[in-house]
Amino acid sequence: MSETQQASAVDSTVGPKIVDGKIRCDACPVLCYIRDGATGACDRYANKGGELIRIDPHILLSQALADGQAVVPFGGQMSEWDGDILHAGGTFVTAIGAGTTYPDYKPAPFIVAAEVDGVDMVTVVTEGIFSYCGVKIKIDTDRFLGAEQSIVRAQGEAVGHVTTGEYGSQMLSLGGVHHLTGGSKKEGRITCDTLLALCNKQAVELAIEGGATVVVEAGKAPIVNQMPEERMRVGCGSATIGMFAKQWQGKVDEVVVVDDHITGVLSEHQAGKLLGIPDTGIKMRGRRSTPGRYFQVAEPGTGWGGTDISDPLSILQPFDPKVAKPGLTMLMVSTTGEHAGYYVLDDNLQPVEQELPKPLQDSVARIKENCEPALSTVLFMGGAGGSLRAGVTENPVRLTQSVKRALTYVTCGGAPAYIWPGGGITLMVDVTLLPQNAFGYVPTPALVAPIEFTMRLEDYAALGGHMDFVQRIDTLPRDGFKRQRVTQNAEAPWPLTFHSRADKAS
Amino acid sequence: MSSRQQAKFLPDGRRLHLQDGPIDLIIEAQGSDAAVTAAYDAACDRFTSLLDELCVELPLLRRPMTPESAAPQGPVARRMAEVARVYADRHFVTPMVAVAGAGAEAILAAMTAASPLTRAYVNNGGDIALHLTPGTSFEIGMVDRPDHPRLFGKLKVSADDDVRGVATSGRHGRSFSLGIADAVTVLATDAPTADAAATMIANAVDLPDHPRIIRVPADSLQPDSDLGARLVTRSVGQLTSHEVARALTRGVRFAEQLLDVCAIQAAALHLAGETRLVLKHPHLMSLIGRQKEMKIHAAG
Repeated sequence: MSETQQASAVDSTVGPKIVDGKIRCDACPVLCYIRDGATGACDRYANKGGELIRIDPHILLSQALADGQAVVPFGGQMSEWDGDILHAGGTFVTAIGAGTTYPDYKPAPFIVAAEVDGVDMVTVVTEGIFSYCGVKIKIDTDRFLGAEQSIVRAQGEAVGHVTTGEYGSQMLSLGGVHHLTGGSKKEGRITCDTLLALCNKQAVELAIEGGATVVVEAGKAPIVNQMPEERMRVGCGSATIGMFAKQWQGKVDEVVVVDDHITGVLSEHQAGKLLGIPDTGIKMRGRRSTPGRYFQVAEPGTGWGGTDISDPLSILQPFDPKVAKPGLTMLMVSTTGEHAGYYVLDDNLQPVEQELPKPLQDSVARIKENCEPALSTVLFMGGAGGSLRAGVTENPVRLTQSVKRALTYVTCGGAPAYIWPGGGITLMVDVTLLPQNAFGYVPTPALVAPIEFTMRLEDYAALGGHMDFVQRIDTLPRDGFKRQRVTQNAEAPWPLTFHSRADKAS
Repeated sequence: MSSRQQAKFLPDGRRLHLQDGPIDLIIEAQGSDAAVTAAYDAACDRFTSLLDELCVELPLLRRPMTPESAAPQGPVARRMAEVARVYADRHFVTPMVAVAGAGAEAILAAMTAASPLTRAYVNNGGDIALHLTPGTSFEIGMVDRPDHPRLFGKLKVSADDDVRGVATSGRHGRSFSLGIADAVTVLATDAPTADAAATMIANAVDLPDHPRIIRVPADSLQPDSDLGARLVTRSVGQLTSHEVARALTRGVRFAEQLLDVCAIQAAALHLAGETRLVLKHPHLMSLIGRQKEMKIHAAG
């Protein structure tokens, strides 16, 4: 295909168009016209009440891994389909590909009952369209990514901002209704693409205004300015002094832990004082916070301990000749143990680098060992409020109340969701716990995320559930072409046994 | 690959899944690790432009063919038209009749050109292109109702058999059918030939003007269907055993004619629990295995 043809194909299809009640789908170059209630040639996109939605194969989670059974490759290919699709209890119906209902007063697409450990459970399964949604990203690095409130861009469009940093990690908040629908059309589309890719565990490059470029992929090491981050720091410089002071006592006279945030100095630090470590006459640059704790010894960067230095002596002033003595020994080490140097004061009280003695090598190795692998983690966050609840019950607020009282367990594609306290059902879920490609989107733009509500059948009846629409799991149609079996992520608890976990906990 | 396209391994870590718009491929290659990796790379590479190539010529590919129709430009589109042309003088057909098989064949060709493979297949939604080397074979399960998958039999295709394409068509599949067959499976020398033949035989299994068969114009369901306003089957009511036999016989007659004009080797026709086989040579029976309650039609 030539460049010009490609360009014209794209130009004619910015956003799905509605012609005579038919949607012209722009998901791929086939550009199907889709009538209300019908699907396009791909069977993946459909026109539901004038809205283009994605309807992927419906996914069943299999408990195989948790039970140590053989992993069942999913069906969908007629050549390998064994006709065996549903074992109640060992199978959890997820909302992935379940479709949504429109208008919302219709019951959810699947309301499935199964007996688990003698208890009748029901799972209400739907795919929610989340106009209010985004991702919170935690990037394990002390390197400077950008100032708080800086704009985060993807493909040149503003998709979020840098938010409050956490211990050892930088935090980004992306998406939200303002970027999705409050800005230009392009901003909304790129935001939606970025969120979708992050939620589906794909790598995304983000550029932070006045800061770094970082490649984020859920569950993988972040790549900051083309440098893969390996380890988190063990703690700030001051905390490192606190943790290792006793191990250094008697092996070295002075220790400086170099850190962009708080650089620690053993002899001045409370931990050193308590151990009776004598003064050394060391004089630091930077701004002293409390004894043995220094801010801003250097500029942020990608050198020692997240600073811009490559020579640690550059953060020292000359030793105090009234206190310091020739032969005094000093360890300088970064908070990750990646950098370390050993120095002995000469007759002019100048530090001279020497080989690191074995016991100190061990303590540097210990710091390194205590640094966890640096990861990017992505939590999807969205509000399942409003009318989505009506597909579950005729009295939506009772669902919220049931969730709050922990009678109803909320999962996303079978993964446990954290429900934020307060009003509504605002949830967060670790995207790495969901099956592949669990998230979709609608061109509004908004994300489509699976959401399942599991509860005792009696509780479902009590909250005004659509009891007439409950179907037993073993009566779901055996249409393997539309339903896939996948194995649940071993990290996630089995959704249907939440009631027994709750009983044990109480 | 563009963000529209997806490439990933299935959970077994062996099979590759490629998806782009309506194209959905399950691929498996066997050989040395290096050969398999090179083949999968080649498959992904070829896949990048497959849908775009076809869409450039989509209006032409959706147009009914006559023996005089102009040939399309793209290599996959040309292959589709070449296979469809066999039917053009006497039947309604568009090159789209072979789109799935031609796509599978193109990807498989890219893979086998890239590296030596002992065995490989590309399954494009039930239309399968096979690669076999001497001494190897594939077992392929057959279903009689694609919407309710239940294996009714197995095919064993060996390297010695002149079969490198397997396709299934019917009224429960993704494409519309002009006929009432639940499924027609065809074995042919290549995937596009099998694809087109399965569709055309499934169209021929029919009971014209039967009151309990509901048909609607294709374009009332999919406005841009290549079938235009032609009536496609939506539901089939209860049929008598005599009616089932009559519909199947029409399909069998059509399939038998095809044995002479194109490279199909065998066809299995299913309707309402009844199955008929059409074989180019009686020895092909061994492909299908022993089946009960099947009437065999062997020709040639």
